[in-house]
Amino acid sequence: MTMERRDFLKLIGAGVGVGASGALFAQSSGQRVVVVGGGFGGATAAKYLKLKNPGLNVVLIEPNRQYVSCPLSNEVLGGEATIEHLTFGYDGLKKRGVTLVHDTVTAIDPQARKVTVSGGNTFTYDRAIVAPGIDFRWDAIKGYDEAASHAIPHAYKAGAQTTLLANQLKSMKDGGVVIITVPEYPFRCPPGPYERASMIAHYLKHHKPRSKIIILDAKESFSKQGLFMQGWKQHYEGMIEWVSGSKGGEVESVDVATRTVSSAVGNKHPADVLNIIPPQYAGKIAHTTGLVDPKGWCPVNVRTFESTQHPGIHVIGDASMAGAMPRSGYSANSQAKVAAAAVIASLRGVPAGEPSFINACYSMIAPEHGISITNVYMVKDKQLIEVPGAGGISPMDATPEFRKLEVVHAKSWFRNVTTDMFT
Amino acid sequence: MKMKWKGWALAASALLLASGTARAAPTAEMLSDPCAGCHGTYGNSAGTTTPTLANHSKQSLVDAMKKFKSGERPATIMGRIAKGYGDVDFEAMGDFFSKQKFHAANQPFDKKKAARGAELHSSNCARCHLEDGKEGKDASPVMAGQWLDYLKIEMGLYTSGKRKMSDEKKEKVQPLSATDLEALLHYYASVTR
Repeated sequence: MTMERRDFLKLIGAGVGVGASGALFAQSSGQRVVVVGGGFGGATAAKYLKLKNPGLNVVLIEPNRQYVSCPLSNEVLGGEATIEHLTFGYDGLKKRGVTLVHDTVTAIDPQARKVTVSGGNTFTYDRAIVAPGIDFRWDAIKGYDEAASHAIPHAYKAGAQTTLLANQLKSMKDGGVVIITVPEYPFRCPPGPYERASMIAHYLKHHKPRSKIIILDAKESFSKQGLFMQGWKQHYEGMIEWVSGSKGGEVESVDVATRTVSSAVGNKHPADVLNIIPPQYAGKIAHTTGLVDPKGWCPVNVRTFESTQHPGIHVIGDASMAGAMPRSGYSANSQAKVAAAAVIASLRGVPAGEPSFINACYSMIAPEHGISITNVYMVKDKQLIEVPGAGGISPMDATPEFRKLEVVHAKSWFRNVTTDMFT
Repeated sequence: MKMKWKGWALAASALLLASGTARAAPTAEMLSDPCAGCHGTYGNSAGTTTPTLANHSKQSLVDAMKKFKSGERPATIMGRIAKGYGDVDFEAMGDFFSKQKFHAANQPFDKKKAARGAELHSSNCARCHLEDGKEGKDASPVMAGQWLDYLKIEMGLYTSGKRKMSDEKKEKVQPLSATDLEALLHYYASVTR
C-alpha cells in the first residue's frame, strides 16, 4: 500500500501526468539500475533487466573480470572438473548492453541513491540490486583469520582457494587425515560440505586409499543426510567419519602451524589437510550500507526482495533472508528474476506482480552417483514458503540408472544456468 | 443476476483461500522464468539432457506437466517440481513456452544414421511428428533440433516400458530395432529450423 503511494508521489514529482494515457508505461530510457556483484544473483539480475526492458540503463559493478562458479567446484577436488570449466566472463552481458564496471563498491548512499567505487567514481541510481554473496566471520574461530586461509583453505569461494585445497590433497601422503569443519546454519550451499567430502573421498579412493576424512560438524544433522550416508557406504565404506556437534564436532580454535583443530569439548584433531568452512554472514557492502540485521543477514520484502531497511535497494542471493529458500546458485538466479521484475514494475510506477521461485541443488557423490533436492516457492502472508506438496529429495532406493541420470542432469543444469546468467 | 454472480465469486474465492496451495496467480512469464535454470532462457536449453521447451505446442507442454505431476511420466526431478503447480499454472506456462522462438541445438550427429532415420521418420512417425518433426500433432512434442542426449534418455524409458506409449506410438515403435531407433533420433538431431 505505502509503496504504491510512494511510487504515485514519485510520478507526480517527476512531472508525469497520470491522466495522460500510457504515461505509466512510458519512459524507461535514462532510468538507471545499478547492480552490485556479478555472481549467480547479480549477473542474472543484470541480464533479466535488459531482457525485459532493453531501454533501461543497467550498470553491473563487479571487481573481478572473470567469475568462478562455486557450484561444481567440489568436482575440481574430485578431478571431475577443472577451474576453466567453472570460469566465465562478462562479454555476453556487455553484448546485451549492460555497462560493466570492474571495481569494488566502497559505499552505497541509500538517501542520495548513489554508489561509490574504490576508484572514486560514483553512480547514481533509480533502483539498486545488491548481490554481494557471503563474507566469512573471521572472528568466529580462534586462530582462523583471513591470513590463515592462505595456508588452510576455506575453499568456500571458488578459484584460488579451490586450487589451494586441490593441491594440498595432491601432495598429501597416503594414509593422511583430511578434516573438513562445518559451521552452524545459516551458510551458503547447505549440502556443499558433504558433496565436498564425497568428491575428496573419490579422489583419495583412487590415489591414496588408506586416507581418511573426518567431518567436524557444529550441527546435529545435515542436508540430504540419508542419501549422502547411503552413498558413502556404497562407495567409500569406512573412509568418511561424520562427527555431530553434540559428539564433539563443534570447532573452537585452529592452530595453523600444526594444522590442529580444537573442539568445543576440548578434543584435539591434527590434520594432514585441513579445510575450515567458517561461519558466514552477508557480504561486506551489505554491512557498510546498513542492510543487515543484528545477525548479519539482509531482511527483505520477499515479494520484491526490496530491503526492509533501505527502500530502493533490493538484496538477492546468499546475502538475503529468503525464508524457506536455501542459499544456492539456483535460488539466487530465481530471486534475481523476481527482483528484476519488481524493479521494472516500480520504475513504471505499477505494483510488483505475484512472485514464483524454484530451487534445485544437485550433489555428486561419485562420478555416476548424483542426488538432488528441489522445491517450488511462493509468498503467502508475507512469508516465502515451499509450495505445499511439492519438492523434496531424490528417493533413497533409486536405481543406478537414476543416480547416473542425476549426474548428467546436474551438468546440463550447470550449462543452462550459467548460459542464463552470462549470455 | 448480478447478486448471484457476486455470490459465486465470493464462494470461489473462499474455496481458494481454504485450500492450502492456492495462491494469487503470478504471470505466465513469472511462472516460466525460473524454469530457465534447467531449460535455458525462454525455454531454449543449452544443456544436452534437458529438453528445449520453446515453440512446443501448448497442449504437449501441459500434457507433459500433468503426467510428471501424476507420476505417469518417469522423471528424476521434474515430478517433484511439477507438484508445485496447478492446472492453471500449466496452461499459463504452456502458453508462454509455445510462443517462444525455437533455436535448434547445435550438436554433432551421424550423417549416415540421420539418412536412414529420415526414411523411418517418413514411414513410421510423420503422421504425428509433423513437418519433419518440427511440429507435433495434438500432444506430440517437437522433435526436430531437440538434444540427442535427451531424446536417447526418453526413448530408453519408452523401450524399457518405464514411460507409457500410446497404442498408436507402440504400433510404430515396437517393430523398430535399437539401431533403427538410434538412426531415427540422429535424424531429428539433424533437422535444423
